[in-house]
Amino acid sequence: MVSLSISNATLAIAAALTGIGLVALALWLAGLLGPKSFNPQKGEAYECGIPTRGESMAQFKVGYYLFAILFLMFDVECVFLFPWAVRVKELGGAGLISIAIFFTILVLGLVYAWRKGALEWK
Amino acid sequence: MFDFSALTNWIHAGLLSFMPEWLAVTTECVLIGLVLLTVYALLALFYIYYERKVCAAFQCRLGPDRVGPMGLLQSFADMFKMLIKELISLKHTDKFLFALAPYLVILASMLAFAVLPWGNGLQIIDFNIGIFFLIAVSSIGVLGILLAGWSSNNKFTLIGALRSGAQMVSYELSIGLSVLTMVCLAGTMSVGGIVEEQRDLWFIFSGHIPAIIAFIIYLIAGTAETNRGPFDLPEAESELTAGYHTEYSGMHFGFFYLAEYLNLFIVSGVAALLFFGGWMPLHIPGWESFNHIMDYIPSVIWFIGKAVVISFIIIWFKWTFPRLRIDHILSLEWKYLLPINLVNLVLMVLIVVYGLHF
Repeated sequence: MVSLSISNATLAIAAALTGIGLVALALWLAGLLGPKSFNPQKGEAYECGIPTRGESMAQFKVGYYLFAILFLMFDVECVFLFPWAVRVKELGGAGLISIAIFFTILVLGLVYAWRKGALEWK
Repeated sequence: MFDFSALTNWIHAGLLSFMPEWLAVTTECVLIGLVLLTVYALLALFYIYYERKVCAAFQCRLGPDRVGPMGLLQSFADMFKMLIKELISLKHTDKFLFALAPYLVILASMLAFAVLPWGNGLQIIDFNIGIFFLIAVSSIGVLGILLAGWSSNNKFTLIGALRSGAQMVSYELSIGLSVLTMVCLAGTMSVGGIVEEQRDLWFIFSGHIPAIIAFIIYLIAGTAETNRGPFDLPEAESELTAGYHTEYSGMHFGFFYLAEYLNLFIVSGVAALLFFGGWMPLHIPGWESFNHIMDYIPSVIWFIGKAVVISFIIIWFKWTFPRLRIDHILSLEWKYLLPINLVNLVLMVLIVVYGLHF
């Protein structure tokens, strides 16, 4: 569906609007067609049947946070590799050496995290 | 092979003949939106039916067979049922974030959907960084899931969302790295360009060993990314009710359901694009007449066929492997897939630089 006169940005916006439109339209339809009944019990959290005890925004394991930080680090490094990957054939040996240094640092980061026990789920 | 850009150019020229440029562009955008919406909805309905039938076959059942011939209308019936259910508003939720989450989940899958190469000249967005854009938009989905779990004010949803978040961001690394491996081989990030590079031979054949390793890793990571199969512990029904979407009712829940099936299609579609040539027919160098016969099968059928076959493998996983524990999932990714992927990337780079591929 590539027409020469429409820019990719316009098309991306059109696709995004389509997605938003789909949700809005379906929710509007559901609101129109669905029944509306009121019952104070309906607004409660769906947990066990008995009233919920304590805050739901409970404490959670710090391990999730650690993995999020590790992800951030590796993902950013992965993004840096993309522009080089496109030109890998043209850059040849010289590019290989310079990226090898960067790559070693990346692997050292992983080794460090591993040795420090950041990858263990304790 | 029929080139669909002839059709789109004809529509464009036809519209330009009786309206100004800006109006023609607007009309085309509306048309594209309508086509996108139709294909999106139909594929989701087909996938729901397909998965239920395949699951049934694995368990020696019949699956849906009452509504319509062979149960074909079952997913339409489900959709209408979901539309006429009440949208329950809860007492202690964060109203704004609770309403925002389904938008983000659908937005992510819709944008990724628009980048896929459907056929010869039948691709909506063709950025020169297409595959990169695809990875970027598919990570919006994680945000939607985290928001859904957080804003519901429910312990089950919170745990489900955190598990899902940790799992999806971890496996995104593997997806990113195996895509990177294939980008090295292709030498371009544009989706159209990657398909064009596979004109003579699909990457799974031309990249031999590293491409096969990358494909296996991609398949595992893609299964985890869609919260399916053995990696479905964010919505482990025996421990967390339904995970992050426990509190959503009616059509609100329907969006998560829809996006899950569409993500299955998108993951298989990207696998088809990277490893099996997108819409490109099976070509074997030297077999001229064979290649010629393959060209007669329309490109759209090639693409959707490949995606459906890869989805079958992903559904197969679900009924073969038992559900993993969260620490096993994370150690599988960080201690096995990630190092293997890094070594595989080095291998692929050496092969590309020294020209050892076919």
